[in-house]
Amino acid sequence: MSLDTATVRRVAALARIRLPEEEVARVQGELNGILGWIEQLQAVNTDGVEPMAGGTPEGIASMPMRDDVVTDGGMAPKVLANAPDREGEYFGVPKVVE
Amino acid sequence: MHPTDFTLAGAVAALAEGAVSAEELTRAHVDAIEALNPRLNAFITTTPDQAIEAARASDAKRKRGEAGPLEGIPLAIKDLFCTEGVQTTAASRILGGFIPPYESTVTSNLKRDGAVFLGKANLDEFAMGSSNLTSAYGGVLNPWSRRNDTDARLVPGGSSGGSAAAVAARLALGATGTDTGGSIRQPAAFCGIAGIKPTYGRCSRFGIVAFASSLDQAGPFARTVEDCAILLRSMAGHDPKDSTSADRPVPDFAAACGRSVKGLRIGVPKEYRLDGTPPEIERLWRQGLDWLRDAGAEIVDISLPHTKYALPTYYIVAPAEASSNLARYDGVRFGLRVAEKNSDLRDLYERTREAGFGQEVRRRIMIGTYVLSAGYYDAYYLKAQKVRALIARDFTEAFGRVDAIVTPATPSAAFAEGENSDDPIKMYLNDVFTVTANLAGLPGLAVPAGLDPQGLPLGLQVIGRPFDEETVFSVGAAIERAAGFDAVPSMRAGA
Repeated sequence: MSLDTATVRRVAALARIRLPEEEVARVQGELNGILGWIEQLQAVNTDGVEPMAGGTPEGIASMPMRDDVVTDGGMAPKVLANAPDREGEYFGVPKVVE
Repeated sequence: MHPTDFTLAGAVAALAEGAVSAEELTRAHVDAIEALNPRLNAFITTTPDQAIEAARASDAKRKRGEAGPLEGIPLAIKDLFCTEGVQTTAASRILGGFIPPYESTVTSNLKRDGAVFLGKANLDEFAMGSSNLTSAYGGVLNPWSRRNDTDARLVPGGSSGGSAAAVAARLALGATGTDTGGSIRQPAAFCGIAGIKPTYGRCSRFGIVAFASSLDQAGPFARTVEDCAILLRSMAGHDPKDSTSADRPVPDFAAACGRSVKGLRIGVPKEYRLDGTPPEIERLWRQGLDWLRDAGAEIVDISLPHTKYALPTYYIVAPAEASSNLARYDGVRFGLRVAEKNSDLRDLYERTREAGFGQEVRRRIMIGTYVLSAGYYDAYYLKAQKVRALIARDFTEAFGRVDAIVTPATPSAAFAEGENSDDPIKMYLNDVFTVTANLAGLPGLAVPAGLDPQGLPLGLQVIGRPFDEETVFSVGAAIERAAGFDAVPSMRAGA
């Protein structure tokens, strides 16, 4: 599977990364290089194999459930402390709704 | 003896005897950082005043008889661990100016046990890299140099390059790292020190800037295997704030370093014999197995048939998880914001993420976005998860016959800046021996075992069963004892 330039632009848009027109060809080449290399996985027979998300059986067996209760909160100043822009107790963003 | 030459265990003993104070020990490391960091660039942020203050408090605690297991031990912290009140960058422009209002669990645990933090160590941006060259704060110089080409600027490996360089150059007695595909073990091998990625779930991931959550695991660097064991005991343990951290007892790992390997079965996977591996690495591997045989272990040939699919699997799973984790960097809640005067919200996101992420990070986010996108999810991501299951199954079957597996840690010694940079896949191949342990969730230790013809360190890797770091440490310590590795880098404190 090889990405055309329209797909490269669409992926950048989905990822919310601005992609200037003059960089599309370079990025297309890099992504296709990596995807071409990844393609070798299609040769592996995975019939009947359950997908693995991560962890180890031993680890999964010792993951305890915790009580479903609120354990923190009430720290708006801390939450907002690193915001690049804020309005009172809110994050500031460009106007979204006209 | 210069205080920066202590092993961590040696410093613990010297502090307990009163032969050195925490303040003296910390000051020696602060001075060493001041002298060498301008050249090494191992630290992004140094906190000398806080370190001296913490060391004084540590001396006072000891006087009161309240010394913790790491009381007064100066450490470097990879700048991927959030540290309350101290800038945390992940070596990315997008986190510029971010000061965490909370502390990661691993660093909290280290502080609880008395450790003193010297500063935040450099790394590849968001831990994505094998050279430390993707850092927005510049590369890190490996303190070792080639015998016949002393001008070549060698990389320390990555992503935890600053941590490894700092420990090798004696700017810290130990350091924290994280390892998603080899980011502790490869730099440890390149810098001639020890480093372990423990079992997935051994350490809490809370407060560590996330890269690929099903693969990321914290671990220590130090100059000896025993020192790593001491640090890991403090770092590890269940944390209610990370549901994937296992609720299991944390053993006395250091005690395991003294255990005999007699009667242990050591697996040698035939698939790790790769074409093009330098002869000195083949030789070191055979030598390591001979040492273990001499110590009474039995060497067993094994097969891990899906090994060759590990890297391509990783380069689907890791970017997929990264694209999801890094969605949080939106220019709204923390870090960088880039916008034009008339930018709408979407334009703000896109400009911020274009300017804030480096090229490798953008590349991986885009790969991840693509493999998770509608119509491709099954072909790529689901397929990779199934191959991952087969890779893990290979290990489960092997561990029915052996107690630990020994392999080279890296396919080469440290390379120079600029080498392996023309093609991303060439750089990815650095992790060929390490990435399998991340996919299967297994503990892996890198231990320095010899030098190449250029005088550069080479490491071996020990892989163990889940939550059996003790066997890994005992095998690693046996290799270390037999190797008698006492070479030192040309650039180091006190040299």
